[in-house]
Amino acid sequence: MSLKLKALLKSPWVFHLSTGSCNNCDIEILDCLTPRFDIERFGMLLAGSIKHADVLLVTGSCNRMSVERMKELWEQVPKPCLVVAVGTCTASRGIFKDSYNCPVPLDKIIPVDVYIPGCPPKPEAIIAGVVKLIEKVGSGND
Amino acid sequence: MMFLLYFLVFGLVVTIVMGLVTSWIDRKVTARVQYRVGPPFLQPLIDIVKLLGKETVIPAGAAREMFLFAPLLGFAGVVSASTVLWANQLHAAGFMGDLIVAVYLLTIPSLSIILGGFASGNPLASLGASREMKLVVAYELPFILAILVPVIWAGSFGLGDIIESQKSFMTAGHISGMIALAVAILCIQAKLAMVPFDIPEAETEIVEGPLVEYSGPALGIFKLTRSMLLFTLPFFLLVLFFGGLRFSGPGFFRTLLEYVGIVAILTVIRNTNPRVRIDQAVRFFWGPVTILAVIAVVLALNGI
Repeated sequence: MSLKLKALLKSPWVFHLSTGSCNNCDIEILDCLTPRFDIERFGMLLAGSIKHADVLLVTGSCNRMSVERMKELWEQVPKPCLVVAVGTCTASRGIFKDSYNCPVPLDKIIPVDVYIPGCPPKPEAIIAGVVKLIEKVGSGND
Repeated sequence: MMFLLYFLVFGLVVTIVMGLVTSWIDRKVTARVQYRVGPPFLQPLIDIVKLLGKETVIPAGAAREMFLFAPLLGFAGVVSASTVLWANQLHAAGFMGDLIVAVYLLTIPSLSIILGGFASGNPLASLGASREMKLVVAYELPFILAILVPVIWAGSFGLGDIIESQKSFMTAGHISGMIALAVAILCIQAKLAMVPFDIPEAETEIVEGPLVEYSGPALGIFKLTRSMLLFTLPFFLLVLFFGGLRFSGPGFFRTLLEYVGIVAILTVIRNTNPRVRIDQAVRFFWGPVTILAVIAVVLALNGI
């Protein structure tokens, strides 16, 4: 594995991108930063600007309004960048499967590296998902 | 030749290593204050290596050359300032008035942040840069007044003379020296843009201000400059108020204690205070802090 990728996996700064979620997943993501879970142990920080991000945590059901903005942001992220789909809505549209406003799940729009199911997923599940992502990219089965 | 050695070995390598170690101490102490575990020891280095390996995105509305030049300018400023300090510390290789040069060189990183912020063409970055400008105007006056106190005690503008004159009794031992030290610590808190005075960067408000459009190596150099300042500014205070670093016997432990003490004070201030507004910061620095600094100068002139 190259040094570039190794360093990326040891200090993934996450950017939190909500595409019309109900806020539950967003709150669970913020929970990961609290003293109980403390993801700074793994070098993860919550980046405020999309230009500083290494990992996109996408939540919500990708509705028609936000999809355009999301594509724009995806083009602005400095590569290499990984994408994590947090919550059932992002992974498979969840209860909004038949909604007029949610045409496709996230992986039909941008490439997704790992899915974290749950409505909302627990902070433990989010951390487990990120660990899986690191293992997957680290072992080169990308 | 001698200066090149100081530049490469001490100005660059030692300052980078010490700066990264210090920024780890800062992050770890912050985490412990909040009952967290905190990042591993190599984390600051890994962050920089990662940023150097990423892509640099240049925004469409940016002034391209200035956008890329600004981080290098700040980096050059802090390396030069550190070289001047180390040259005096190790070899008494100073020149007349090198204190003034050091003060000017230490302003360059703030200047580079202002330039970079305006060059990136983002409204948040412009807002942050204009706040940084106001903050520089606010803290420079008390900072220079505080620096005058060691100058008065040493009777010279040379850093070498200031170190030499404190061989027997350090400036921080006088009452005027103590007041000036307190003022200087508040000023370097603002110079480092740490929490009560992190108004230019205000992550929760204007998402890192001037750095909002920076990515990849350019951001990495800004972060590295910030870490190096975290070493250089306490080192500057050690030279001015504690007679520089000592490397032999019990003096080494004293130096270590003084250095860690200053860093700990900065970190504790940062962790126990909320952010102030820019007008409050300017009023604070031009009001009570400047008055304190003037009192320290008057006391020093009267030999107290």
